[in-house]
Amino acid sequence: MGGFPILSLMLLVPMLGALACLFSGAKAARTIALAATLIDLALGLLLWANYDVGGAQWQFVERAPLFSQFQWALGIDGIALMLIVLSVFLMPICILASWDAIETRVGEYMAAFLFMETLIIGVFSAQDLFLFYIFFEAGLIPMYLIIGIWGGANRIYASYKFFLYTLLGSVLMLIAMLWMANHAGTTDIPTLMAYDFPAGAQTWLWLAFFASFAVKMPMWPVHTWLPDAHVQAPTAGSVILAGVLLKMGGYGFIRFSLPMFPEASAQLVWLIWGLSIAAVVITSLIALVQHDMKKLIAYSSVAHMAIVTMGLFAFNVQGLEGAMIVMLSHGLVSGALFLCVGVIYDRLHTREIARYGGLAINMPKYALFFLLFTMASIGLPGTSGFVGEFLSLAGIYQANTWVAAAGTLGIILGAAYMLYLYWRVAFGVQRNADAAAMPDLNTREWLMLGSIAAAVLWMGVYPESFLAPIRKDIAALDARVSSAAPESDSRLVIGQAQAAPAEDAAHGGAH
Amino acid sequence: MDFSHSLSLILPEIVLSVAGLVLLLVAAWGGDKTSRAITIASCVVLAACFAIVAPSVCAAAMGPDTVAFGGQFTADAFAGIAKLMIFAAAGAALVIAPAFFGRYGIMRAEYPVLILFSTLGMAIMVSATDLMTLYIGLELQSLAAYVLASFLRTDDRSAEAGLKYFVLGALASGILLFGMSLVYGFTGTTDFGGIRAALSGGMATGALFGIVFVLAGLAFKISAVPFHMWTPDVYEGAPTPVTAFFASAPKVAAIALTARVALDAFGAQAGAWQQVVIFAALASIVVGALGAIGQANVKRLLAYSSINNVGFILIGLATGTAEGVSAMLVYLAIYVAMTVGSFVAVLMLRNAEGEALEAISDMAGLSRTKPLLALCLAMLMFSLAGIPPLFGFWGKFVVFQAAVQADMVALAAIGIAASVIGAFYYIKIVKIMYFDEPANVVQGRSDWAHWALLAISTAAMSPLGYLLTPWLGELADGAAAALFLAA
Repeated sequence: MGGFPILSLMLLVPMLGALACLFSGAKAARTIALAATLIDLALGLLLWANYDVGGAQWQFVERAPLFSQFQWALGIDGIALMLIVLSVFLMPICILASWDAIETRVGEYMAAFLFMETLIIGVFSAQDLFLFYIFFEAGLIPMYLIIGIWGGANRIYASYKFFLYTLLGSVLMLIAMLWMANHAGTTDIPTLMAYDFPAGAQTWLWLAFFASFAVKMPMWPVHTWLPDAHVQAPTAGSVILAGVLLKMGGYGFIRFSLPMFPEASAQLVWLIWGLSIAAVVITSLIALVQHDMKKLIAYSSVAHMAIVTMGLFAFNVQGLEGAMIVMLSHGLVSGALFLCVGVIYDRLHTREIARYGGLAINMPKYALFFLLFTMASIGLPGTSGFVGEFLSLAGIYQANTWVAAAGTLGIILGAAYMLYLYWRVAFGVQRNADAAAMPDLNTREWLMLGSIAAAVLWMGVYPESFLAPIRKDIAALDARVSSAAPESDSRLVIGQAQAAPAEDAAHGGAH
Repeated sequence: MDFSHSLSLILPEIVLSVAGLVLLLVAAWGGDKTSRAITIASCVVLAACFAIVAPSVCAAAMGPDTVAFGGQFTADAFAGIAKLMIFAAAGAALVIAPAFFGRYGIMRAEYPVLILFSTLGMAIMVSATDLMTLYIGLELQSLAAYVLASFLRTDDRSAEAGLKYFVLGALASGILLFGMSLVYGFTGTTDFGGIRAALSGGMATGALFGIVFVLAGLAFKISAVPFHMWTPDVYEGAPTPVTAFFASAPKVAAIALTARVALDAFGAQAGAWQQVVIFAALASIVVGALGAIGQANVKRLLAYSSINNVGFILIGLATGTAEGVSAMLVYLAIYVAMTVGSFVAVLMLRNAEGEALEAISDMAGLSRTKPLLALCLAMLMFSLAGIPPLFGFWGKFVVFQAAVQADMVALAAIGIAASVIGAFYYIKIVKIMYFDEPANVVQGRSDWAHWALLAISTAAMSPLGYLLTPWLGELADGAAAALFLAA
């Protein structure tokens, strides 16, 4: 790509679109927003097409010393590339999802979304510690406004909770970042990823980053903002929240916690595992008893994110790759599920599961898509969910069988609550006349769900497209983590058991 | 040190006092109808003083060349940068006043003159390197300020504010004087350099008492906890342009003065005052944040907000390093811009009759009735809360960076965690403006001067402000170096 600053351009386009939306009427704002997100999607695909798989670790690098103590440093590796592509893919869909649903203050709404897109791309492409923090934190403002202005009945409470929870998590991370910059004498993320912090300090730094990423992720027990925020956010807000914002936590673990503090990661792995086990079981059980569709999917998000953290802290390639694929898959699937809820919410204006039933009769196309995404969420082979969950669980099994067992239990519970949800909404008798009279998908909705469905099947059938760009980066991360961190006991035991016959033979030959 | 050199160093102060006296005579003979001309003339004087001081700041003036009158007065870059902020804030207080007082028919000609004298006092305060000079500057500033607080004679609250401010301010001055006399008694000098030399070997308990009393007196002036009680009442009662002035210029002066006293005069005994400052910083952050939550009046809320901000500024001072002082100055500059902007926005809240509105509930749904005003105010609130990408974040960033560099990680962590409490009430204002149904009370139109000030401060607080960071950092570093060279 030469020196063309494509990442800056991707940040600039939605930014300018946001400013234009702020000062234009409803109709113009929708068009501007769609155009800006589509341009960014095109740029994102261009980025993917020009990404040199197996080339330099950091590509599309841009540096400009604009500020006094940090610089405008952008650049991506395969992990960031995939997450950026996911974001720019979901964004036009979010705009389409709010096409008719949002009627008040459309300009401000679209501006908030475009501003959000700028910040998301910024988070994934920032190569300077403080630039990352600014993008990471700034997302609070548009999301606060989106939940608070266009949310449901209890939106004020949800917006406060979202804002203050995430802010408290992040400010501690800022102190840790200041300490790191002071100690290492640089704010360059690639340099810091190879920097060895003293083991004693690592624990504290790791905990400070954990405070931020665990809230963003969200991990049990600091997940309680998520169901509130989701239920009250408009459909597109939920899509972007589940699809992309939650990935910032996972991205943070991959980019900061693991490579920068490998010793502390290994030392505190029990914390992550414990919380992940608690999350996957408890939130799955909570999801089983929900009456509100969005809340159910929100809790399922927490459970899926627990699978991600298990995979990330398995300290092996399968676990890390699986975690990445679960993140991408969950971005698509949970986004699509929220869209499915949005489709029927737009028609009946309720999220009560009991108000629906038998939708397969009057909305067959909708029922088909909903079924596909339900299955993808459960992890049916052939969908994206299977690839990610299988790899993650295979990875964590090598590290700790008990955690793997709990993770599997969560998958089973996931099948239970998702199938139960689908049964109540789409099958059975048509209990309510108004629900039975709802029209099937229109072209706009078909387009949104269809494009995500294609991506889900692509990722499920040929995951290599998505694994290839991240393979080298995952391998580098694995080398960094496994060389620095002691492996867990249970993994060692399994390793010997598998290798035992071959080893005996080798020994026999040698003697 | 020849006399003419000393006089050239105090040129801004001479200009201010001569102009103040001349304009006072004009006001005495010309009456209130000259108030407009006097206001404009005062603005010109302040701009001239700004221009006189600016070169010394850009050149990072320091060393013996900047000392006037045998060490009683220092016109170094540190004093200069504080003066620039003071002059800018005083100018803003002049620009926003006529529209406010005009509505009550009492735009008196004394207002700009009092602002000038108060500014003169502040300029002397920040340049003082002798306890005597310090006290003269402080009292000149305070006496003008007491009158300004009760300037709205028709309003009981304004009179009450003036009286409260006077009584508590006099008490603070007494405490300060007592501390100064103890310091003088145990060191035998009122000169900062002399005090420093006398304290460098060791310190008598009496001198420690002196330090604590001096700091307590100054804590009154900067409204740091536990000497903050007067702030909400005075801020609420004083006329809004005066409140904007109180929240910006005197705060800069008192903080710069405190920094110079602590680092120069008491610099040899940093351990003695650091714990006091750390306590005041953390207590101010927490009390300022908690106290603001229940407020229904926006001026009271901003008063607690200023207490909260003083806490962050004191964290910079508590480090006792050049980086800390530089960070403190950057924070101060950003704080002044945010505060002036917020008060200008509050002044623009008027009902259909043109009366000023102060209740936070009146701002309900402002984003739909006055979208631009609401947007500016929302940006200022997020900026005060220190949320990036707004520029208010940068102030907190440099202060906490200085604390971390000085190995005060625990102080930084507690301070920043407490800042989350403060974020709550800032986003509450945004919530009221953006989420609530419109109250439709804010109807009045504002003149271009208000819009211009609001636009300037909002633009500075927008992400564009980060482009200023290299320049701002350089100036602040130069000023901090000047202070430490003197010390």
